[in-house]
Amino acid sequence: MSPIICAENLTHVYSAGTPFEVTSLEGISLGIKRGEFFAIVGATGSGKSTLVQHFNGLLTPTSGKLWVCGVDVSGKKARRDLWRRVGLVFQHPEQQLFEETVFEDVAFGPKNMGLPRDEVRQRVIEALQLVGLDPEQAERQSPFQLSGGNMRRVAIAGVLALKPEVLVLDEPTAGLDPRGRRQLLDLVESFRQKQGSTVVLVTHNMEEVAARAERIAVLHKGWLALLGTPRDVFNRAEELRAMGLDIPVAAALMRQLRDAGLPVRTDVLTNKEAEKEIARVLTSGCRQAGTSSP
Amino acid sequence: MLVQYFPGDSLLHRLDPRTKVVAVLSAAVSVLAAADWQGLGLAALPVLASLFLTRLPVRVFLHGLRGFWVLLAITFLVQLFTIPGEMLLELGPLGISRDGLEAATLIFLRLSLLILAASLLTLTTSPISLTAGLESILSPFRRLGLPAHELAMMMTIALRFIPTLLQEAQVLLKAQRSRGAHFSAGNPARWARGLLPLFVPLLAGALRRAEDLATAMEARCYRGGANRTRIRTLRFSSLDYAAVGVALGVLAGTLALRFL
Repeated sequence: MSPIICAENLTHVYSAGTPFEVTSLEGISLGIKRGEFFAIVGATGSGKSTLVQHFNGLLTPTSGKLWVCGVDVSGKKARRDLWRRVGLVFQHPEQQLFEETVFEDVAFGPKNMGLPRDEVRQRVIEALQLVGLDPEQAERQSPFQLSGGNMRRVAIAGVLALKPEVLVLDEPTAGLDPRGRRQLLDLVESFRQKQGSTVVLVTHNMEEVAARAERIAVLHKGWLALLGTPRDVFNRAEELRAMGLDIPVAAALMRQLRDAGLPVRTDVLTNKEAEKEIARVLTSGCRQAGTSSP
Repeated sequence: MLVQYFPGDSLLHRLDPRTKVVAVLSAAVSVLAAADWQGLGLAALPVLASLFLTRLPVRVFLHGLRGFWVLLAITFLVQLFTIPGEMLLELGPLGISRDGLEAATLIFLRLSLLILAASLLTLTTSPISLTAGLESILSPFRRLGLPAHELAMMMTIALRFIPTLLQEAQVLLKAQRSRGAHFSAGNPARWARGLLPLFVPLLAGALRRAEDLATAMEARCYRGGANRTRIRTLRFSSLDYAAVGVALGVLAGTLALRFL
């Protein structure tokens, strides 16, 4: 199956031709498979946000090619309609709410799609339920009365209600507490399974992607530095560290144990895996010790 | 504002902001007072010399003028076609007279010079030193109840947040466009309603930021103009005296040409 997003040598230069010219992306080539949970990680200023804004047609490549859902985004008409198929949740999306009620705000996107009234209503209710908000209350409540965490849920529901083929989230968990983060990522996962959508998650939190992403692209100063499964990528801790990134705590722990002389595997991603691996090594070590002593 | 501050180390950059404010004001009066070619030529001299002294590329100034091209074009055309006199050219109902051509060219040059003089100030003076200069100029009026420091602080804050607001507006534009908002065309009522998704969050953000800023200032025990000192005190150098001297000299010259 052909990838749903395919970039070939994509380069983006801001303010090209002026003294303020900045090359933000350089020669990015990658393919994202349909239905994949894909993560894009990188330090601040690595070009993550610029890259994903190409995916729904907000930006166009300065040079290179990009196909999204089989459409070449260099065409103006194609680009203008891409928002219907690729939903982009911006950083701090709670700052974009504007309607009088939560319900109306979530309905903004579906209404712009030109859907019939009851279809809009249905989608809003579904999206609100998905993010864990009460649709009935949402018809009366102003989004500005909500807590920061709930405002973000509303904003994300506003994009989920578009039922996009590709859901792109730009640092969706920034500023949330640990439970809020977990709930948010869980709801993204359940949306993906329900809709069969592709998910592209932009983050610099490695724990988040370790357990969930199928593949990770690491950007560094506008270049595609690494691309692979979490296991492949996190096995290259030195390179990641040089790029200002970290590896998940579990992987870091295993490296330290290995350096301390314990023969553990280091390509673990989650705390559970680490626990199992340590238990395996310790019990087999005990058994060895047991057999060798008379 | 006209044009953004362009950091540099030219003669003009080094002048005291008060000098530049006074010089620009007197240049403006000179340009407006000049009634003929001689007067305008005299008034233009220091402005053009200053352009040269900034050592900035000409492109920068043209860019500043470009923002006013509608105003320049309209005033030029109105003068050109409406002043009666000895006809040079007739195009149906419209005609261009010798006096009209002269008046139109004069007003065009006069407006351009005003814009250039003002952009000289904003190009070579950082907003912070500009407001410091204004505060210092206005401080004698404090006795009359003018809150000079507060006015300067308000200006500083407003200037400081222009780029922030612009950036935020850009993000909002993209975010709402990602939900299918379109900000163009349609009848005026629809167009205005279409801007709500942009302006409501922008306003909410500005209010939130204002509150944060007030808290931050209070946390640093900010108390208006009460005996505050500055990290950089303004001081007149011989260069400043010379510049003010030239500006006032030219002003006196143009006034003399006009009224004597």
